[in-house]
Amino acid sequence: MANFGLSTNPLRWTVDPTFYPTARLAMEAPAERYAYVAGLAPDQKSRSDALYVVDVDPSSPKYGQILSRTDLPDIGDELHHFGWNACSATLCPYAPHPHVERRYLIVPGIRSSRIHVVDTKPDPTKLQIVKTIEPEELFKRAGYSRPHTVHCGPDGIYLSALGAPDGAGPGGIFILDHYDFNVLGRWEVDRGPQELAYDFSWHLGQDVLVSSEWGTPRMIEGGLQPETLLGAKYGHQLHFWDLRKRKHAKAVDLGSEHQMVLELRPSHDPTKTFGFVGVVVSLKDLSASIWLWRERSGDWEIKKVIEIPAQPADAASLPPLLQGFGAVPPLVTDLNLSLDDRWLYVSCWGTGELHRYDVSTPDQPKLTEVLSIGGIVKRTPHPQRPAEPLNGGPQMVEVSRDGKRVYLTNSLYQSWDEQFYPDGVRTWMVKADAGADGSLRFDPRFLVKTENHRLHQVRLEGGDTSSDSFCFPS
Amino acid sequence: MNAWPWIALVALGAWHGLNPGMGWLFAVSLGLQNRSRVAIFQAMCAIAIGHALSVFAIISLAFLLGRYVPATWFGLAAALSLAGLGSWRLLRGRHPRWVGMRVNFRDLTWWSCLMASAHGAGLMLLPVFLIGGGAWCGVSSSSPLKSATEFQGFYNSIPGVCVHSLSQFVVAGIVAWLVYDIVGLTILRKSWFNADLVWSCSLIVAGLLMLLVRI
Repeated sequence: MANFGLSTNPLRWTVDPTFYPTARLAMEAPAERYAYVAGLAPDQKSRSDALYVVDVDPSSPKYGQILSRTDLPDIGDELHHFGWNACSATLCPYAPHPHVERRYLIVPGIRSSRIHVVDTKPDPTKLQIVKTIEPEELFKRAGYSRPHTVHCGPDGIYLSALGAPDGAGPGGIFILDHYDFNVLGRWEVDRGPQELAYDFSWHLGQDVLVSSEWGTPRMIEGGLQPETLLGAKYGHQLHFWDLRKRKHAKAVDLGSEHQMVLELRPSHDPTKTFGFVGVVVSLKDLSASIWLWRERSGDWEIKKVIEIPAQPADAASLPPLLQGFGAVPPLVTDLNLSLDDRWLYVSCWGTGELHRYDVSTPDQPKLTEVLSIGGIVKRTPHPQRPAEPLNGGPQMVEVSRDGKRVYLTNSLYQSWDEQFYPDGVRTWMVKADAGADGSLRFDPRFLVKTENHRLHQVRLEGGDTSSDSFCFPS
Repeated sequence: MNAWPWIALVALGAWHGLNPGMGWLFAVSLGLQNRSRVAIFQAMCAIAIGHALSVFAIISLAFLLGRYVPATWFGLAAALSLAGLGSWRLLRGRHPRWVGMRVNFRDLTWWSCLMASAHGAGLMLLPVFLIGGGAWCGVSSSSPLKSATEFQGFYNSIPGVCVHSLSQFVVAGIVAWLVYDIVGLTILRKSWFNADLVWSCSLIVAGLLMLLVRI
């Protein structure tokens, strides 16, 4: 039987200890010791991409160091986002199967459409590729390409994909079997008007899936297309779906000047019905914005709750793409919401800032801290090496389950990196400590650098705030 | 009248009730989502009805087949189905992919029926009905399987299914209430053993038991 899950015996006698019924309980999880980080080869030609294991245990002598690197067999995958094979959603009561292990990383190549399944056991510092889903299989079984977001769901592993095999639309969602990781097929039964895809997430308590829009592979792979952007052709909508019937329910337009609606961060408590989504850039003034979606008497509505303005800059300090504007856009490319749904972290990849907001009242976020590092103009150094200017900016942001540690990496997407940082993104991964008072401080002991790859998404041992979802109220 | 089939049906009801995948966990989550004990009770009613429907359907089917298939072959087929389903579940764990968290009474009944059917809940009871059927029908136990083909056995199965379902309802209801009100959800992390493995073994044991009794 073609079931490697069986041969590696993933079924446990007790529930996997990294699964928690509620987000509140997950906050009591032990601190992570290892971080798994996607690394993409800067030119996608001379070497293959790799997965890194980084020591994040402050009591370890190797704290803040790279413990291992696992090179992928092929060149040109372009690692980007990835996720766990299983998480707390396995406890969901309508399809419970919590005796599978959180053990495998599902690692898509966003350019090659190849998906690697990587085993983090028995030695969490020595990763092994145990299965490869070739692009042709994805094309044939799902009709999609360029896999992006991975979420372990209650009844399977859900992945989004940016487009069709030929690089056009529509993009959408497909499912992997959570026992043998075979592609089960396209998720949507009725996609309605949805064409563009990027991220997705859900409100499990409401049977609602939310998806966002970037662009088709043709619109992004060669770099940001100024004419597409100025023509307001990148995504500017949110889509709400019936998770159970797999049908499109409602499209919400943020307005076509709000270009590129990317990361979705819904509330973790299934009795709450709100979430935040970031918009990369406004055509009006290059500002970025965060929007709050919420359910009001059975309907989903959205409103802008944060606007981050562009910062004036000398044209000489800007890349050619931005010189005509005389300003550096914040470029909000990622956000993260703590497991208690109280703190929102927002990456400004252009200005080189990480913003922390108190969102106890979701429609009135309060900015409590701004940390600077890198940036197109500022090139702010890290406290460990105050004389060394850094480029790239805070991009992927991951938060530990207890909400006390925030990890950042600085690469966005290979061809776009070159446009905004023409001198080449020199990668770093840093960590900030988040205080209960809303403060945020860089850990001077933690600055990971490598010349070989650009670091992208971070996943934490045992889980992290953006990879777990819960069916039981906190 | 022999008491052991009744005891067996009650015990199997308790076992089905204990299995989190059979419904009490769903009842707890709906109770928590709605912050109401009444929601747990309503959910448990739907789940018990669904479970009973599934069991009853299988038992009816068995009695119907029993009327036309020679007893020997019928017993053998039932035993092999049990052992086969158990082995298949052991080797390749699967769960039905259906519904979500927003369910009404009918959804929940149907979910429970589907879950019980997929897990072979009714099939697991078959040995009790077939072997114990004789006792109920007052037929000589020297030829127990023959009684399964008697129509009288079918009528006698109705109280059997009810007793089983009542036991399932009571045990699952108590567990749901305990988790909701007293022990809390952390028990899921600590005490949820792999009931599916035990379940699969139960099916195999039930199948073997039938073979043994026949021999």
